[in-house]
Amino acid sequence: MGEPIEIKGVRDGLLVVMPTECEWSEAVARLLKRIDSQPAFFKGAGVFLKVGGRVVHRTEIHALQKQLAFRGVTLKAVLSESRLTSGAAKMLGLDTELGEPLQREPEELEPIPSEEIGSPGVLVRHTLRSGRTVRHEGHVVVIGDVNPGAEIIAGGDVVVWGRLRGVVHAGANGDEGAIVCALELAPTQLRIAGYIAVSPQDGPREFRPEMASIKNGRIVAEPWG
Amino acid sequence: MSARVITITSGKGGVGKTTATANIGVALAALGHRVACIDADIGLRNLDVVMGLENRIVYDLVDVVEGRCKLRQAMIKDKRLPELYLIPAAQTRDKTAVSPTDMVRITDKLREDFDFILIDSPAGIERGFRNAVAPADEVVIITNPEVSAVRDADRIIGLIEAEEKGPAMLIINRVKPEMVRRGEMLTVDDVVDVLAIKLLGIVPEDEAVLTSSNRGTPAAMDEHSKAGQAFRNIGRRLTGEDVPFMSLDGGGSILQRFFRMIGGS
Repeated sequence: MGEPIEIKGVRDGLLVVMPTECEWSEAVARLLKRIDSQPAFFKGAGVFLKVGGRVVHRTEIHALQKQLAFRGVTLKAVLSESRLTSGAAKMLGLDTELGEPLQREPEELEPIPSEEIGSPGVLVRHTLRSGRTVRHEGHVVVIGDVNPGAEIIAGGDVVVWGRLRGVVHAGANGDEGAIVCALELAPTQLRIAGYIAVSPQDGPREFRPEMASIKNGRIVAEPWG
Repeated sequence: MSARVITITSGKGGVGKTTATANIGVALAALGHRVACIDADIGLRNLDVVMGLENRIVYDLVDVVEGRCKLRQAMIKDKRLPELYLIPAAQTRDKTAVSPTDMVRITDKLREDFDFILIDSPAGIERGFRNAVAPADEVVIITNPEVSAVRDADRIIGLIEAEEKGPAMLIINRVKPEMVRRGEMLTVDDVVDVLAIKLLGIVPEDEAVLTSSNRGTPAAMDEHSKAGQAFRNIGRRLTGEDVPFMSLDGGGSILQRFFRMIGGS
């Protein structure tokens, strides 16, 4: 059923073009069938998977990665037009482009000198709706709202340029110096390191930017800025 | 001229997806548009009952997918409105009988012959939902002014944004003006504030909706029903008309009431 899966040799391995017209599970089944029909050809190969615009979740990529590893095939990269799929691949430590790093001139990447070194984090530039989660070992900055049912877990600080109404955990690795800032701080639950607090139920109030931190063994919120 | 495929979904069950699909279908058909309604809730079909077409079902969506009949044979023509058709769901199978690809294929076949294709999505975020959303050009989210329904609607909007299905539109169904006034129910503003998408309609709670659903005569056919009027307004807004939101307490539009509140207090 369906057209055969396109497989091309590229410099560092095989480029596999996943069919786009069928379900992901069927595409995977077809690929594995193909590999099983020529095991000697595929064994030891590195595969660059081209998935088009389809949204493939992290668990799906991970499952395929394991199935390929079982057959002696290494998944090297997932090439996708979807930001979400690329993000999922990156989370698994996979490349998202064909490996051509040697062609790039290293001189071009010379860093811009800076006086401040800062510390790493992620920037999320959209509203986090219910059911979405952001986890990062560094800081998390959201430009947009964090709605009830959304969750942020950060090793460092959390800054929300918007309304924070979901669950937030700063200093998740135990850093009691971590802070949480939001233009409107009304989280369902706020955690810093090992401390947990809920928003006070004091009815409608005027919101202003606030910053939460641990002071004298409890979480307190103070005007920010 | 190709049809607009609009999927009606909610996440939470029981908020009024099927009723809304039937009523929007009726409203658009009454405006003279050619409308096909597809019930994508395989295994728990309802749209046929609400539209009063249950006793005329011979073939269903799964029969079309599995090639037991032609698409035309599964389309039931509404006798009251000449340009309204229904493709019913199968009652005996489950969601896996249809794939997202099947839905795209079927809607693509219908596009040439219709102005609107409305898809009634099942509750949840699993296969049935993905089937319903796969062919959509536009998505209408139904919610009630209740915290749990709004939470689920928010989740669904997130999923739709992730699928890059374009901006979703919102209908707030079963608003009880007295309860809002007493501060016992979320207001329209509260809901729009969280969901932050375009508001397509506000439908008041109306017992006539229940009785008309049971009778198989969607409220939009009833000139005297307030909910029916709200659905007719939604139909007009979908066609690009600028219709002010109905006042739910008798006088003026919501916008006017808002001005009074500012000026008078």
